[in-house]
This record gives sequence, structure tokens and C-alpha cells, in this order.
Amino acid sequence: MIEARGLTKRYGTTVAVDDLSFTVRPGQVTGFLGPNGSGKSTTMRMIMGLDHPSAGAVTVNGRRYGDLPRPLREVGALLEAKAIHPGRSAYNHLWCLAQTNGIPRARVDAVLDLVGLTDVARRRAGAFSLGMGQRLGMAAALLGDPGVLLFDEPINGLDPEGIRWVRNLLKGLAAEGRTVFVSSHLMSEMALTADHLVVIGRGKLIADLPVEQFIAQSSRQYVRVRSPEAARLGEMLRAAGATVADETDGALAVTGLAITDIGETAGRNNIVLHELSPQAGSLEDAFMELTNDSVEYRGDVTTDVARPIPTTVPAGSPEPGPLSDLTR
Amino acid sequence: MTTTAPSSPAPSNVPAPLATTTRLSPVDVLRSEWTKLRSVRSTVWSLAALAIATVGLGAIITAVSNNHWRTFSAVERLSFDPTSRSLRGVFLAQLAIGVLGILVITSEYGTGMIRATLAAVPRRPLVLAAKATVFGAVALVVSEVVTFAAFFVGQSLLKSPVPHASLGQPGVARAVIGSGIYLAVLGLLALGIGSLIRHTAGAISIFVGVLLILPLILNAFPTSVQQSLSKFLPLTVLQAMISTQPRPDTFAPWTGLGLMAVYAAVVLVAAGVLFVRRDA
Repeated sequence: MIEARGLTKRYGTTVAVDDLSFTVRPGQVTGFLGPNGSGKSTTMRMIMGLDHPSAGAVTVNGRRYGDLPRPLREVGALLEAKAIHPGRSAYNHLWCLAQTNGIPRARVDAVLDLVGLTDVARRRAGAFSLGMGQRLGMAAALLGDPGVLLFDEPINGLDPEGIRWVRNLLKGLAAEGRTVFVSSHLMSEMALTADHLVVIGRGKLIADLPVEQFIAQSSRQYVRVRSPEAARLGEMLRAAGATVADETDGALAVTGLAITDIGETAGRNNIVLHELSPQAGSLEDAFMELTNDSVEYRGDVTTDVARPIPTTVPAGSPEPGPLSDLTR
Repeated sequence: MTTTAPSSPAPSNVPAPLATTTRLSPVDVLRSEWTKLRSVRSTVWSLAALAIATVGLGAIITAVSNNHWRTFSAVERLSFDPTSRSLRGVFLAQLAIGVLGILVITSEYGTGMIRATLAAVPRRPLVLAAKATVFGAVALVVSEVVTFAAFFVGQSLLKSPVPHASLGQPGVARAVIGSGIYLAVLGLLALGIGSLIRHTAGAISIFVGVLLILPLILNAFPTSVQQSLSKFLPLTVLQAMISTQPRPDTFAPWTGLGLMAVYAAVVLVAAGVLFVRRDA
């Protein structure tokens, strides 16, 4: 259990984290979502007692991090990839951390095995790839078998196999009843991994809700209508209480009226329809929309994200033709 | 990736939750710092450099003295201090011990390891104290071994009629033991500087500045000022320590060493206060 109350961090006049209050509960993966520079890492460092809050407080299991008797046995964290002395072996890296909290050698071997680094444990960590570095960071986080785990952007730099491994690991840890708090700037990744979301932008809390609710609430859902008599249909739909917007290709984007009502309205008035299709914006769109006002550094939030395929084009269709064209 | 296939994500081999009631033990933190110090190559390199500088340079200087004894004037022969000659390498060794002291802390900042360290041990004064204790102990043991080695190697190179020293003579044992302690204290001062500056290059620059550049700056001042201030410099303290004879315008050897200890303590305490206050 992690509880932040009024957590604030100021650097001079810049407010990195602004009056943040949230609770991270055990037994589920809580995604900590926000654009780059929104204060996720600063918040994580404050949870770990590394940075001092300017105001407010954050506790882990009801205590300030510094008051935990043997912190590694309660909290494990992966805050940055390859935060390892390059000249030290993976084994010694873990062993020197283990010693501080009275964790036995057998546990070092166990976590090395868990992350699949046993064979390279005696090699200098400087020779590790980013992926291996992440695995070593994971091993360090799991060292004390903690009930609370924090991961800051754990999939950065991982290959697809590594990403899937991390995803399963996080879910497995939550399923064991642990508190798992994982930050990411990728909404699509969080949709696959997280059960609950804490969304921040410019250091402020934007949303704190279950993932399904976030998807349902913030996905832009509308009905796309194409017709040779679009203007006349639009007026009728507006009269029926819908909100109608024009799309760039002349189609109508209708919200506030069920798809069946739209079809029947058109039918009653003998208006030919060329398309009548439900649309759902991608999660990335929803995330962008939500954090639109709060992006500190524009330009790299979602550019490299594999965007979900639009619902009108079934995945795997060899010819993504106008399948929804009702006149065919 | 050359790793083996990862195990099942569900850690079925995770032991039952470990007891969390006992507080962190300072002994455990000392052990951890010892593991850290011995598990990186920079320690071995620095200590090897320390040994080579002290013993090697001492041997060269005594050998040269031995070979040129015939050319020495009567005054030079009278003031010849075989102990001091054999310990001249300690001047160079200062750099090695200083760099190691700095690296003990700055390498953690450079790699981000400091955050893992402080996550494991949030009591920051304990971290700094453990680092200083482990490093200080290693520095002291190695420095003593090395200064004794330099002394014995040096004396063995001085052949009759050139006088050579033995540990029983007045001031000789003090010079050998004291210069080893001096190196350890200087290393602790460097560790303090490293903790204050948190960057390897910056800390080394400041350390070298205090050690070598400060005397040069002082040279620009009038002689009276030089005489009253230069005895506060580490180099002057070391010069007094390696000599068996009293030197003008210096503190007594042990007084000088005490002064060095005060420098190191002040810098370490300041470093500790800032360590607690600053974000890691």
C-alpha cells in the first residue's frame, strides 16, 4: 500500500509534482501514466525517500520510507536502467545490496535465476545489454521479497520478448497479492498490463480510476455516417438530439444518438446511407486528449507507438476495403 | 540478448516473507561497503598505484642518493635524512589514495548506484560513516604496509659509507607510521570532497587544487605570509612527517597530522549534513 497525500515537489519556481494525492492498493497492477516530464520519476523518488517533498507526504505500508526497519524487505524498486557500477558483477551488485538488509546469499541466487541471469552473474555488469540491465534491476527489486514494488518505465529498451516477460512478471506479482506500481508514458502498454490507473500531467493528478473505466470514459466513441444527403441528414439528427460534426471526407461524426436510431431516422426519411459504422478512438488518442493541456515537452509522447487498428478495419483482413459500406 | 530463457514470472521459489521487525544493522552496512570496495577494479588499480608510487619512487630516489653520495657537499651529507629519502614516494601516493577516496562515493553518483544504496539504507549518515570506516581502514592498512615496504627497500639500497636508518633511531618509526596514517587521513578528506561534489572529475580537480595548486598560489604572497600560512598546507604537514629532523616553519609532526584529521572531519561532517539534506 502506497499513500500520497498532497505530495508536492518544487525546483525553484518550477513545480514538478503538484499536490498529488493517490493510493496504490495491493493485489493489482497500478499504472502510473503521464507524458514525459510529467513528474512520474520525481514522484517515485519521493516514495523511495530519495527526494524530499516540498510539501505533503507519502507513506509505504503506513510509514515514511526512511522509517521502514528493513526497507528492501518491504519495498523493491527499479528506478532506472543500468544504475549499476559497470565494473561490478551482477552477483556482487545484488550481494552488496542484500547484505545491508540481512538477506541471505541463497536469495541472491534465487533472484538471479528468476530473471534468467544465472549464467552471466559473474560477468561485469558494464558488458550487459540494456535488456540484461533491466533484468538485473528487476532482480534487485525482488531481492527482499517485498510486498510493494515500484517500476519506473520498466519496458524501456526491451525487445518484444522482454516486454512480454515484464508484463507477465508484473501481473504475477500482483496476483500474489503484492502492491505493484509501474510508470509508463505508453497508454497502450498500460492497457495491457494495468488494472488501475493513476494519470498525471504537469505534476497534477488527472485521473485515478480502473483501466476499464478509463477506456470507457475517455475513448472517443461516435458513429460515422456517409450519405449523399449528408447535410439534410445532419439537420434531422440534430433535431433528434445528436451532436453532429463534419469529418474531412464529407462524412458525419455523430454522438449522442444510438446507431440504430441514426439508421431508422435515415430510413424514415428515405435517405440513402453509404456508411453507418461505430468508431472508437484509440487509447493513445484518449490519453493524448486527457493530457493535452499538460504535455511539457511535445513531440515524442506517442510517435513511436504501434497504434491500435481502427475498429472499422478488422485486423488481419488482406484487403482493408470499404467493408462497412452499406451500399455494397 | 545472451541470457537464458527467463523462468516463470510467478516466483514460486520466493521464500516466505522475511522478518521485518529488526532494524538495519551498522555491521551489515559495513559488510556491504566492504563488498562494494573489493568488487571493483578501480580499488585494485588505485592501491597498486599507491604501492608502486610509494615503494618505486622511494627506491629510485634512495638509489640515486646512494650513487651520487660522492658528489654531495659536506652540508648535504650532514643534513642527509635516509628515512625522509625513502619516503619521498608518499608525495606521489597522495594522488592515488585521493582518487580512490573520491571514487568510493562519486562512482555511485556517476552510475546511479547511490539510489540503490539509499533505497537499501535510507539512513544516510550511516551510509557515509560506513563508507568512511571501510575505506579508512583499508587505506590505513595498505598505506602502512606500503610505507614500511618503502622504508625497508629504500634503506637496503643505501650502501656504506652512505648512512642508512633503522626503526629504532629517534623519529624514524614515527616518520614511517605517521606517513601511512597521513595517507589514510588524506584519503578520508578526499572522500569528503567526493561526497560534497558528487562528480568524479570535479572532486579530483578540487582535491588536486587543494594539494598542489594552493601551495603555488601561496608562493605569490610575501615571504612572511608564506611562512605563517604554509604550515597549514597538507604538503607541509607531510614534509614534517617524513623527516626525522625538526623542520623550520612547520607544525610538529603529530600536531600537523591532527590538523589534517580536523580538515577531514570538518569536510566529512559538512558532507554528511548535505548528504542528508540533498535529493539523491
